[in-house]
Amino acid sequence: MEAIRRYWCKAIEHLDGPLLTIALVILGIGTATVYSATYIGLSRMGPQAVNLLIAFSVMWMVAQVPPQKLLRFAVPLYVLGVILLLAVWLFGIKVNGARRWLHVGVTRIQPSEIMKIAMPLMLAWYFHKHEAALRWRHYATASMLLLVPVAFIIKQPDLGTAILVLAAGFYVIFFAGLSWKVIVGLIAAGAAAAPFAWTMLHDYQRKRILTLIDPTSDPLGTGYHIIQSTIAIGSGGIIGKGWLNGTQTHLEFIPEKHTDFIFAVFSEEWGLIGNLVLLLLYLLLIGRCMMIAANAPTLSSRLLAGAISLNFFTYAFVNMGMVSGILPVVGVPLPFVSYGGTALVTLFLGLGILMSIHTHRMLVKK
Amino acid sequence: MRYTDLSSSDREQEQFRFRLGFAAGMVLLCFVILFARFFWLQVVKHDYYSTRAEENRISLVPIIPNRGLIVDRNGVVMARNYSAFTLEITPSRLQEDLETVIEQIGTLIPITPKDRKRFKKLMEESKNFESIPIRTRLSDDEVARFAANRYRFPGVEVKARLFRQYPLGDVASHALGYMGRINDKDLETIDNAEQTPNYKGTEHIGKAGLEQNYEFQLHGETGYEEVEVDAGGRAVRVLSRTAPVSGNNLSLTLDSKLQEITEQAFGSRRGALVAIEPSTGGILALVSKPTYDPNLFVDGIRGDDWDGLNTDPDKPLLNRAIYSAYPPGSTFKPFMALAALVQGKRTPSQAIADPGYFNFGGHQFRDDKKGGHGMVDMYKSIVESCDTYYYILANDMGIDNIAAFMGQLGLGQRTGVDIQGESEGVLPSQAWKKRRFKKPEHQKWYAGETISIGIGQGYNAYTPIQLAQAVATIANDGVMYRPHLVKYITNSRSGEKTMVEPQPIRDLKLKPEHLAVIKNAMVGVNKAGTGARAFAGAGYESAGKTGTAQVFSLKGEKYVEGATKHHLRDHSLFIAYAPAEQPKIALAVIVENGGFGAAAAAPIARMVLDYYILGKVPKGPANEDEEGDDGGH
Repeated sequence: MEAIRRYWCKAIEHLDGPLLTIALVILGIGTATVYSATYIGLSRMGPQAVNLLIAFSVMWMVAQVPPQKLLRFAVPLYVLGVILLLAVWLFGIKVNGARRWLHVGVTRIQPSEIMKIAMPLMLAWYFHKHEAALRWRHYATASMLLLVPVAFIIKQPDLGTAILVLAAGFYVIFFAGLSWKVIVGLIAAGAAAAPFAWTMLHDYQRKRILTLIDPTSDPLGTGYHIIQSTIAIGSGGIIGKGWLNGTQTHLEFIPEKHTDFIFAVFSEEWGLIGNLVLLLLYLLLIGRCMMIAANAPTLSSRLLAGAISLNFFTYAFVNMGMVSGILPVVGVPLPFVSYGGTALVTLFLGLGILMSIHTHRMLVKK
Repeated sequence: MRYTDLSSSDREQEQFRFRLGFAAGMVLLCFVILFARFFWLQVVKHDYYSTRAEENRISLVPIIPNRGLIVDRNGVVMARNYSAFTLEITPSRLQEDLETVIEQIGTLIPITPKDRKRFKKLMEESKNFESIPIRTRLSDDEVARFAANRYRFPGVEVKARLFRQYPLGDVASHALGYMGRINDKDLETIDNAEQTPNYKGTEHIGKAGLEQNYEFQLHGETGYEEVEVDAGGRAVRVLSRTAPVSGNNLSLTLDSKLQEITEQAFGSRRGALVAIEPSTGGILALVSKPTYDPNLFVDGIRGDDWDGLNTDPDKPLLNRAIYSAYPPGSTFKPFMALAALVQGKRTPSQAIADPGYFNFGGHQFRDDKKGGHGMVDMYKSIVESCDTYYYILANDMGIDNIAAFMGQLGLGQRTGVDIQGESEGVLPSQAWKKRRFKKPEHQKWYAGETISIGIGQGYNAYTPIQLAQAVATIANDGVMYRPHLVKYITNSRSGEKTMVEPQPIRDLKLKPEHLAVIKNAMVGVNKAGTGARAFAGAGYESAGKTGTAQVFSLKGEKYVEGATKHHLRDHSLFIAYAPAEQPKIALAVIVENGGFGAAAAAPIARMVLDYYILGKVPKGPANEDEEGDDGGH
């Protein structure tokens, strides 16, 4: 008995209770919503359980590894990611006009996913290496490390992932102390370059942005998704239509209803109150992550933790923003809610890294 | 060194925490923006989006009501509905070429070239998104065969539909009218009547006759099924159902048996007959020959049938009873005589010496009887149909006095019968001529023109229904009713009956002694005058007047050189009522190119009266080839 207790304590030693609890609550909400979104069926519940098991294992394993050791993976992982992106560019599979996938034996992988974790890891490692004397050239190099893979991802084209990777990398550079002047300058330059960037966008991407401004301009085409999801959200009202009672959901008016647009399903069935609860849960999650970041003992772990915290925010904000019609439609899942194995594993990997940073901080100080 | 290191590290952490705080602020700001957006959608605009969601979800499927029945005065059904399966194609939903699809359907269910022709015609008339029948009246076997192969034919469906049916076939077709698919003009009518919502799902509408005139009574109230549909438009479940209310039933004044007998009496001849119940104005029979079969129109008339009806020189679609205006000929004489009495131009006994002609303005107006009728008083003038008497009378009265009285009798104006397509006819007068002609030299009325008006020729032209109304008014002692076909309308919901015409429209206030003279003379016609042969041995006392109208064209119809001699023969007319005391029926009949009134028209009138008064069913049409040889003009 005592032995079991000891093993148990050992097993959960590197887990963070509050973080895990919040994540699991959001995941619970997500699973209930997926259940409703998929014809009130159990078809997605089995795979979801398997995904969760894998994701949980990944988290647990990563949490056991001290942050310093995690940093050793930074360069190989980053290099692997870049090589795979190059491979996608050369031999990738085209699906719906976008070259995002790579055949690896029996399955296919999306290398841009790897970059979501590899990028902050790499940049954190890089800044850690040059910790003592950070000069502008270090920031410039870091920017290059960031922009090259992002350019590949944009080229695929996969605007959603590119934004997420770009954001993740930028957060690291920001937390590393990039001068405010440069940040303001970048924003100004971005605004100035917007018309130029506009011409670089693909037709469908431009259409999505135009549709955002006026969804009714193309009610049966690009605008359809936004119109139907805003109808779902709006018709939910304050208290919602109740779990399993969303008409927009169950009559198939919402596209991608168990993945990217799942927030419309949740919002229709749970209303403004549900949305408020979900927003607060995300705030708690991000808040806990930031606490971990604030207390992280080393620069690299601070940067990593800060970037991961803001990653969760980016996912949640971009997804809810696009489904409610204030941001363009880009393929970003709602963290811990949208159905999908890869996304879940990536998210729990992030949690694992945070837990590792948090539970190993005393060891570092010692 | 170690100290500075630490301090730099501390500063670095300080900076990090500051930036983390800044980031947290941004996160909070973004979440507040999101919440504001949710509040906007879910609270401020909630009603709007709720409605949108309901509109997405709920589709109203109209349920077409049963159309009201039409029954005759004895309850015999003249128009009813039957349910049948049709195979319908929605051209816009086809995934293959229309011809190919029809070809493929043809391998399952026989489709005749006639079906194709009708389909083509309907296609031309309708919009692309409508569903159009390619085959009607499918057998159960055919329905089953198609159902098993349904998946192969997107855009092709079997539908159960109600069709109109006229069990008596072509009997009374001009009174009943027919149904057709709703066109743009009909949509306008529906819109003007504010009936547009009620016609959702309705595809057919009354196009003529009672079906047209009482359309909004017959149609009923469309019911609705609220159906929940998914994004693909498939019905998921029925939420609620509002039952349709059947249309109101029409009970006619028409006697379908009398109508049928009358139509048979005409045989193959062209013409019209209107029989009216004098005491009510109710139309007992409204015949226009030739007729057509309204059943042909029910599921879309085929192109060749339609062309046939339209190009037939006998014009079967023309409603002669209310549209065609004919010179009344000598049937005009009793009305002239009555006018003379009322206006004090003649006394009954005042007689003229008839030399067989009347000279006016250097022109000799001849009487039909060579040598004349001798001394002629009013009674004799009607019984023997003396022309000279009326030449002189017309001249004495003047055109405007004649027009004033005839107008009172309803001649030259629409009777207001409850079917559409009536024409006015021509009641000549000085004012009329001014209106009719444009050039000043044509507008002047010449006194010489009045002379032939007296015997019902000249510009005179009246519809059969106007003549029937005039006779009925005399039969009813000067009290005039609007001729009408519908006796009452039965509300399908409450069973309440609404009478259509309870009130007379006019009382001519005729003096009994004047009426007696005219009635007496008309009885004389059938006893000893021009109608005597036709009414020999009738077994009841009737009143009548023969007429013969010269065929000439007022409306400028072209004289066709190659036209058969038959088409140049005079029109034969007869007006009558019976029994002479307390008349139950008054009628006017015209047989186009029938020759003398006594020859063609009077025997038809006899058959009608025999059936209506005695219940005698004739054995065949009235003798068609008899050439009139007495003075029944």
